[in-house]
Amino acid sequence: MNIQSPTRPSLRSFWDATGMLLVFVLLFAGCALFVPNFSSWVNFKGLLLSVATVGLISCTMLFCLASGDFDLSVGSIVAMAGVLTAVVINRTGSVPLGIAAGVASGALVGLVNGFVIARLGINALITTLATMQIVRGLAYIISDGKAVGINVPSFYSLGINSFPANPSRFAVPIPIWIMLISFVIFGILLNKTIFGRNTLAVGGNAEASRLAGIRVAPLKIVIFTLQGAMAAFAGVILAARFTSGQPTTAQGLELQVISACVLGGVSLTGGTGTIIGVVVGVLIMGIVNNAMNLLQIEPFYQYLASGSILLAAVLVDRLRTRTA
Amino acid sequence: MPYLQFQSLSKSFPGVRALHDISFPVEESSVHALMGENGAGKSTLLKILSGVYRPDSGQLLLATQPQSFRSTNDAIAAGIAVIYQELQLVPEMSVAENLYLGHLPHSLGFLDKSTLRQNALQQLALLGEDIPPKTKLSSLPIGQRQMVEIAKALSRDAKVIAFDEPTSSLSSRETDKLFAVIRQLRSQGKVILYVSHRMDEIYSLCDAATVLRDGKHVITYPKPLPTSPPLHSPTSSLPPRDTLIQNMVGRSITDIFRYSPRPQGSVALEVRNLTGKGLSSPASFSVKKGEILGFFGLVGAGRTELLKLLYGAVRPRSGSIEIDSRPARISSPAAAIRSGIVLCPEDRKKEGIIPIRSVQENINLSGRRHFSPLHFFINPKRERTNAADQIRALSIKTPTPKQLIKNLSGGNQQKAILARWLSENNVKVILFDEPTRGIDVGAKSEIYSLIYRLAESGVAVIVVSSELPEVLGISDRICIMRQGSIAATLDRSQATSESVLSLALPATQEAA
Repeated sequence: MNIQSPTRPSLRSFWDATGMLLVFVLLFAGCALFVPNFSSWVNFKGLLLSVATVGLISCTMLFCLASGDFDLSVGSIVAMAGVLTAVVINRTGSVPLGIAAGVASGALVGLVNGFVIARLGINALITTLATMQIVRGLAYIISDGKAVGINVPSFYSLGINSFPANPSRFAVPIPIWIMLISFVIFGILLNKTIFGRNTLAVGGNAEASRLAGIRVAPLKIVIFTLQGAMAAFAGVILAARFTSGQPTTAQGLELQVISACVLGGVSLTGGTGTIIGVVVGVLIMGIVNNAMNLLQIEPFYQYLASGSILLAAVLVDRLRTRTA
Repeated sequence: MPYLQFQSLSKSFPGVRALHDISFPVEESSVHALMGENGAGKSTLLKILSGVYRPDSGQLLLATQPQSFRSTNDAIAAGIAVIYQELQLVPEMSVAENLYLGHLPHSLGFLDKSTLRQNALQQLALLGEDIPPKTKLSSLPIGQRQMVEIAKALSRDAKVIAFDEPTSSLSSRETDKLFAVIRQLRSQGKVILYVSHRMDEIYSLCDAATVLRDGKHVITYPKPLPTSPPLHSPTSSLPPRDTLIQNMVGRSITDIFRYSPRPQGSVALEVRNLTGKGLSSPASFSVKKGEILGFFGLVGAGRTELLKLLYGAVRPRSGSIEIDSRPARISSPAAAIRSGIVLCPEDRKKEGIIPIRSVQENINLSGRRHFSPLHFFINPKRERTNAADQIRALSIKTPTPKQLIKNLSGGNQQKAILARWLSENNVKVILFDEPTRGIDVGAKSEIYSLIYRLAESGVAVIVVSSELPEVLGISDRICIMRQGSIAATLDRSQATSESVLSLALPATQEAA
């Protein structure tokens, strides 16, 4: 067989590396020029805060997609973990215990996802579609269908406080810090560790990876467990910002997270993805929504925008992976 | 005049001149071999013929009419069909639907099932096949699927039919059937292009041959005569085998195996009563350090299955494996590698390489854990130097270690997989499943010398192959498998084509 690349490798890799970055820069410049009040420190903070949940979960969704799977249950996990944390804090009065319970519940769901997918060989779409509904149901059951207010104010600091503390000019809300740190940690995990490299290899060709000695099933279980824990952690932070656990929150969040990743160049078929891409993808989504808010476009139209962005992202993915 | 003519075709991709000024004629009622090493330009030429690529310059003529295909549909409409290695069929649909996909008979928008069935029956009967048209394609053996693909080409009135290595996954009986059909097509006046690496096939089937090398036309046999096209006398129209090979590689290869005996040590691998999927009786054998043990058998004899059990890719039911006289428990490939057994798999694309990762990544995939004390952070410097060292040592042809491995030729991919195992520090037994499948003649002898080098360094080597000359050429000892069990083991001195083949054939005549 004769293998020749029919595409222009230099041009393509340039597009891979910088294509979405370029879109981001143009979008940012456009908003800075034409959207009133866009270029302000306060607005930037608001923008980043608005993408904190999506950003956090994108870190682990990157691993999930890069290994060739995906996870639809994250939105439900956000809701369940928030509600559970609220209930546990209210019952015990202990903030650490509440956070631990929330994160652990998410990790457990992830573990189940990973086990069913990797060991029992059920398709990730179906498995996580099922757990998405089960976990949303649990969120309603735990909270009895109502928002659970949290009456231990020290918990709110996780979502509302800033570092350095207000009224410093450089005060940045804690959730943004957590998001930035997560990007760094998961970037290192993807690029600098055997775990990260193996994740990309499994997404590129699972059977070849297995025959090359990678333990594929344990790897996938770890990825899904991390994903569950991360979604739950994001849910805990969201509960701190809302000062309550809400069973109805984060509906459709999984799709926003996946769109952000795909927009950032993570292939839906697995094997490719970078943390920089994901950061750019998350920011593009944030900027578009932020600009629409500032332009006082009705929220209904934001659904149009998110849908169009998702479609655009998939088209971009298609263009990237197409072999002429 | 020849029906199909290539005239000064050139095609470049950035950095690669795939075809340069290719001209040659292809006659009607002939089977024309297209030969050349990997990268010679055969696939590019087929893709121009089928309308996938457009040439940069030059043209192709059909019955003296210049053609300019904008799409594969244009080529199909002009009567061209290319039967690729990977068939272009829908496994989940019926045979009949596959045959008429794209122009299913219908009335008022509803599928006309009876016409579909009638047409399909007729079309298949032309090829001497009596496959029920309702059969789901995926339930057919590969040989019959190929027949469906050929029938599909004929149903579209194809005049020019090109085959791209059609026999690579066929049994010998299926191959015979295919050849009969190709000869029948030839007698019907079709123009047939035939790409294959197998010299035997070319001599038994083809009456003309064109050799390409590095994108250039080397020679076309028979040399054009001023008179009418040649008669079908393959032996006289093609030159001797050595001349053809010499044309392909640009140098003469007398003995591509270059076997020489080497010292052997103690038993490295002892397998006792191994049973599992694909084996009909327990398998026992042993390999010494420095020994090359060949496994030969017909398709379905259980050779690949045996290797997979040995490697833990499929869990064995029972049996014991000893490495260096110590029992080894092999429950997974990861465990096999840690015990010192490694595998270069049969299907490189599906089981060997990670196509969309770099050559360097592919080389370091397994060995990288030795570079990192905590088995957590990778060691970029060691990975770079290891990849560079391996690329040099095995002379892997790649522009840079960062090149995606899918862009390498088959031989170089195989070498990269070998490099992966040479990056392990504890390899005692290496398993090769069809090490030279789809690899051109020049690269083959390189792979053989790498196998010898491994054996000389004291590694026990097992080579599974369905090419008899290869097994005979490189093995110290040969295990012959038949219907899921090891039928016999012969020393190199006892093994001849006849003795090995007669042991490999089923004892009783199979019912037809």
